[in-house]
Amino acid sequence: MVENTVPPEARIVILGAGHAGGSAVAFLRQYGFAGPITLIGDEPHAPYQRPPLSKAWLKGEADANSLLLKPAAFYVEQNIDLRLSVGAKAIDRAAKTVTLSDGNVVDYDVLVIATGARARRLPIPGADLYGVLELRNAADAEKLKTAIGPGKRLAVVGGGYVGLEVAASGRALGAASVVIEREARVLARVACPALSGFFQDYHQAQGVEFELNAGVEAFVGDEGKITGVRLSDGRVIACDAAVVGVGAIPNDEIAGAAGLALDGGIVVDENARTSDPAIFAIGDVTRRPLPLYNRMHRLESVPNALEQAKLVASAITGRKAPAPEVPWFWSDQYDLKLQIAGIPFDADRIVIRGKVEAAKFAVFHLKGSQLVAVEAVNAPPEFMAGKMLIGNGKPVDADKLANDAVSMKEVAA
Amino acid sequence: MAKIIYIEHNGTRHEVEVKNGLSVMEGAVKNNIPGIDGDCGGACACATCHVYVDDAWRDKVAAPEDLETSMLEFAESVEESSRLSCQIVVSDALDGLTVRMPESQH
Ligand SMILES: Cc1cc2nc3c(=O)[nH]c(=O)nc-3n(C[C@H](O)[C@H](O)[C@H](O)COP(=O)(O)OP(=O)(O)OC[C@H]3O[C@@H](n4cnc5c(N)ncnc54)[C@H](O)[C@@H]3O)c2cc1C
Ligand code: FES
Repeated sequence: MVENTVPPEARIVILGAGHAGGSAVAFLRQYGFAGPITLIGDEPHAPYQRPPLSKAWLKGEADANSLLLKPAAFYVEQNIDLRLSVGAKAIDRAAKTVTLSDGNVVDYDVLVIATGARARRLPIPGADLYGVLELRNAADAEKLKTAIGPGKRLAVVGGGYVGLEVAASGRALGAASVVIEREARVLARVACPALSGFFQDYHQAQGVEFELNAGVEAFVGDEGKITGVRLSDGRVIACDAAVVGVGAIPNDEIAGAAGLALDGGIVVDENARTSDPAIFAIGDVTRRPLPLYNRMHRLESVPNALEQAKLVASAITGRKAPAPEVPWFWSDQYDLKLQIAGIPFDADRIVIRGKVEAAKFAVFHLKGSQLVAVEAVNAPPEFMAGKMLIGNGKPVDADKLANDAVSMKEVAA
Repeated sequence: MAKIIYIEHNGTRHEVEVKNGLSVMEGAVKNNIPGIDGDCGGACACATCHVYVDDAWRDKVAAPEDLETSMLEFAESVEESSRLSCQIVVSDALDGLTVRMPESQH
């Protein structure tokens, strides 16, 4: 359904003023939609980028202004009704209205749900102690920044990308960092063992400590403030603050209450449309088709938020939908640039190219002779060529791939 | 402050003032100029900020670093004058810089 079904004067309401919602507004105007747009966000800030919160911003290399997707003036110039510090509470699909936390009711012709995801909490004793933190938004990041510094000891519960970035930034700020992970390796859910091992070694060389296979039982404290993390073997890891980074939960409750189809996220089609034709959903909150992998999946990345923002803006303005993209992600830790393309679904072999010891290598995941994912460390050509190969599905010669004397140009040819 | 001229693939011209210290990519994104996406926010990780630098300006823009060169090697429709606009920092010396956008960033 890409034909223009939306009249130019249609009222568009977007719930969630984050990366996806903010980008959708910008693309709608870029694509020529001149009608009324209301953007509703429960944070006090205009849409901003989250990735720097665990990286450049945390280390003081970026300010709040540089995080903004668009300057404040943009919303005035582009005639966007931006309502901040107000949450959407309920959607009435029959009446086509949204009720807000300030009591206002907004009418829509087209609704876009872009409410993102929230940090998963640990339901354990001490979780409400002062100094038990999470990192999802600017307010969390402010708290974290004041909690880490020289002489402080930071515990990171959960060894995923955000957790490792925080540990690295903690070291850069002069704090001791200890990563506590339930699995036997870091990045267990998202990366292959070779990459996990490399990242752990690299962090250890920078002074980060690791507690693996470690169940967290409680946060312990003194006068309401955290002093340590108690593990299931009884040991207490002392710390001045703890960041819990154990995954995210989609903010899909109001969509569910309105009867939209959910499946661990709002189910959408390849145009980002939900089970209600007047309602789209984009970003972290969605479970979307991945045409390349022939399945549904929930992605948590900026490129995904942008791709779906373009899909809704295209559908609304009657533009041809952009070609499906290969999912991808990046992470910066110390001087490491990690770039990941694709997802290693059903991969049956791994090819490593380059030198792991030299921190310049790529791990390729193959399914037969087809490339399904690449994890590249300080190896942009491997990432870029890999992304292209995953997208076009050309068979790959694994021997050439493993031989870094053969250029990626030749491998991809 | 420098005036930067962005020309979309279809010829549409945008002239905007960009603050010194911002990148040419940020100048485009903050002014909602179509054709430069900047997915990675300037981390030199995505190549969705690809531009062609006008011939008259090629010598005045600082040369690309290795990371940028290797990202560009595999970007689409690359030409001699191709650059990643997130890696070009605006200064007075670039007043009048003209960049063109490729047809697509993906
Ligand atoms: C610390 C951190 C580092 C990251 N690093 C990277 C990275 O390096 N690379 C990468 O690709 N991705 C990264 N990500 C992921 C990326 O930021 C997300 O995928 C992206 O922000 C998703 O956009 P979104 O709009 O779906 O959600 P969000 O950007 O989270 O925006 C959702 C917004 O909706 C608001 N909201 C929720 N419910 C309501 C409601 N009922 N009413 C009104 N407003 C509501 C939320 O408060 C929020 O402001 C990172 C994320 C974090 C937290
Ligand atoms: S913005 Fe991503 S490479 Fe320039």
